[in-house]
Order: sequence, then structure tokens, then C-alpha cells
Amino acid sequence: MVKKTRRILIAKPGLDGHDRGAKVLVRSLRDAGFEVIYTGIRQTPEMIVRTALQEDVDVVGLSLLSGAHMTLFPRVAKLLKEAGLDGVLLLGGGIIPDADVPGLKKQGVTEVFGPGTPTGDIVSFLQKWFAEREGAGAASPAAHGKKA
Amino acid sequence: MARRRKPAAAAADLVSRIERGEPGAIARALSLVTDESEGYEALLGPLFRRSGRSHKIGFCGAPGSGKSSLINRLVTCFRKAGDTVGILAVDPTSPFTGGAFLGDRLRIQEHSLDEGVFMRSLASRGMVGGLNAAIFPALHVLEAAGFDRILVETVGTGQDEVDIVEVVDTVVCVTAPYQGDEFQAMKAGTTEIADLFVVNKADLQEVDRALGAIRDALSLGPEVRAGWQVRVVPAAAATGQGVAEAAAIIDEHRASLKATGEGERRRRRQLRKELSLLVASLIARNTLERIGERHIDALLAGTTDPLTLGRALLTEEI
Repeated sequence: MVKKTRRILIAKPGLDGHDRGAKVLVRSLRDAGFEVIYTGIRQTPEMIVRTALQEDVDVVGLSLLSGAHMTLFPRVAKLLKEAGLDGVLLLGGGIIPDADVPGLKKQGVTEVFGPGTPTGDIVSFLQKWFAEREGAGAASPAAHGKKA
Repeated sequence: MARRRKPAAAAADLVSRIERGEPGAIARALSLVTDESEGYEALLGPLFRRSGRSHKIGFCGAPGSGKSSLINRLVTCFRKAGDTVGILAVDPTSPFTGGAFLGDRLRIQEHSLDEGVFMRSLASRGMVGGLNAAIFPALHVLEAAGFDRILVETVGTGQDEVDIVEVVDTVVCVTAPYQGDEFQAMKAGTTEIADLFVVNKADLQEVDRALGAIRDALSLGPEVRAGWQVRVVPAAAATGQGVAEAAAIIDEHRASLKATGEGERRRRRQLRKELSLLVASLIARNTLERIGERHIDALLAGTTDPLTLGRALLTEEI
């Protein structure tokens, strides 16, 4: 059996105090039936990963508008892996130039959602991801990606 | 694969990792017991046998009173005293979508890197009374991990959020200026269960009026219950003012629980509540599953009534 609840952490790494986008996302994910946790602004990658670990979330969404994404996003990806959270889906959002997206994807960020993305697109993406994982989990519990 | 082993062996392994304080194991166990996922039942016994040693402190009070911010400050006090701290913070689940925004965490995030602090946000998931239905198993996970203090923050829904008194050892009611006069404080409900009132936001004007309202209301009845005089203290989570005093009173209360035997009485009350919740959920699960169309047909036909049928469903296979 797989987890029934779907938990998502929205996090703001680095020195960026602009979190209206993060809050809009928290609201739309809540309304889509997810349990959403928000870290607040100015978090280090270490704080974000420790929060993801304690809260046992399925997804971490990073929002950053300051331009430091090429440093901070891969750092979060690396720390997640070191913490044994390989199964956690890592997403990015904010002011991310298109040219940076392939690099981020190579370094552990599964998808990047730029400005103007309808929140419905993100919700659909997540629902699809959860459905696929839960489908796979039903066939083979070990594929859940959590350490038992 | 640990997952493929017998549930008892997997549970024993997980429990020993919890006892070593591994955050990943604690987090995993909290998910298992709150989701009731496969293998959780094998955990409950071992976890229960390791419970009962931590000082459990509950926080109730209206939304926006500053419960999370006060907890944030208290954690600093407890950590300075050398105590480890576990936190369970409950926020409401939407009855419409099942979703939740678990927002307590962001007030307490400054402790996120402290190895001696573990915080978990819980959604109420349909349980009324300001808690989560799996609150006892969740507490036992943190108790097994050996935290000296476990802080439980309720949803903060309002006046009758009193289940917390049957869950924790010490109840802190957090209020703030402009939350009502002495008539509010005289009402039944959360104001009856507090061992300590913290009038938060004491940096605001009108704090004296708020303190006075609670003291007035308390003075109308017996001053001392089970050897403990309910205390009222002003504090400001924003500045830290009064937080050390609140922590000291919480310790005094813990000592009083031991000295008067009230601690034992409360422990018995907690166990009764835990057992009652569990039995209720087992009965509900077993019985509700058996309700079928034929029972509805019987009601429609008027051959029975809900009470007769309900009693029959509880006691026999019909």
C-alpha cells in the first residue's frame, strides 16, 4: 500500500524576500487537495532538506526570483540525495531563464515552472506524477522510493 | 529489502532506529501511524511500551493568538536548559478539498537545523477538537525517540477545543489583548482546561485589561485545583518578553503534577482517552463497512428504525 496523503513542501531558498508566487502556489495546491507546508523566506538548502526529512514530504518545490538558482537548486538536490530522500520530486519555479533549465534538469530538478505558468498546469503535473507513482507502488511496493 | 521482511521484524528495526533518534526513522514512523499505511499496526505496541516518559505540553487558543510564535520562543528556553524538544503542530484540513496549509512550521523554522528539535506538521484530517485522530500514536513516536519535552499545538479553532486536556500533561492557553472581556474568560471550554494562561502580544496596549479579564474570571471560582493555582502571565513572542517566566511556570506545573499525584491521574485520563478513541475507530470501521443496501431497504420499508438496526449492527452479523 502507498501513502494516502500527498504532502508538498514549498520552500524559498536564499536571500529572496519575494514570496507572493510561493503563496499563490501554496493556496492553489491546498485547494487541489494536497497537504502543503511552507518554509517561509530566506532558507538555506540545509534547512529545506531537514524540513523535507522531518515532514516526510513527497515533493519539494523551490521558488527563487533572485538569480541564485544555479547554485541553490542543485545544492538542495544534492542534500536531498545525501539524506536518503531520493524518492522526493524536486521542482523549481520563479525567474529562471530558459537557458538554465537543461542544466537544472541535469542536476536533479525534474521540472521548472517559469513566470506565467497557470497554477492548474502545476496541479495537473503533480496529480499525474502522484498517480504514476501510486500506480507503480501498487505493483511493486519497493518502487515507492522511501526507505523502509 | 526491509519492506519485504515480516512486519514485526521491520517494526522492531524501525523502532530501534527511532530510539537512536534518527530523524528519517521518526519521520517515516509518523507517516505510517498517521496514514495507517501497511505495517503501522506492528509499530503501535512497541511504541506504546516506550511512552509515558516525556513531559507533554499542549497549546490551545484562538487562531492568530501567537501559539506557534510562543512555541518558537519556548523551544529556545527548553534547549538552553538542555532539554530535547519534539513538536506536533496541527492545522485544519479543508472539509471541501481534503487539502491543508500547514503553516505553523514557518514560525518555528529557526530551529530546523537543531538536532535536538524535531517538528512535524499534522493536518486535522476531519477530526474535530483541534487534533489529529492519530495524535496518540504520533506522540508515542516522539516519546520513543526520547524527547524530554513534547509540545502539541492544536488547530486553534475556538472555544470548545478541549480534547487536548486528555492528551497532554500541561495545558497552556494562549490569548492576546482585544480577545474579549472577563465574560469571554468566564465561558466554559478552553478557559476551563488551562493550567497556565499566556497573554501574548504583551507589547500591545490593553495587555493589562486582558490580564485583568482572565484574573477576574478565575477569581470567581475555586482558586486552586488539584493543588495547582492557575497562573496568568503576560508575554510577547515578538520580543521574547515573559517567555522565560512562562517556561518557569510550565516547570513548576510539572513539579506540581508529580508532587500532588495529579500527574498520575492525568496519565490515567490520557490512557482512557487513547483507548476510547481506538475502540471508537475500530467499532466504526467494522460496523460501517457492514452497512449495506439491504439495511437501507429495511429503513425505507419501515420494517425497522435506525436505533434498532444500529444496535443490531453493533452486536451481530445482520
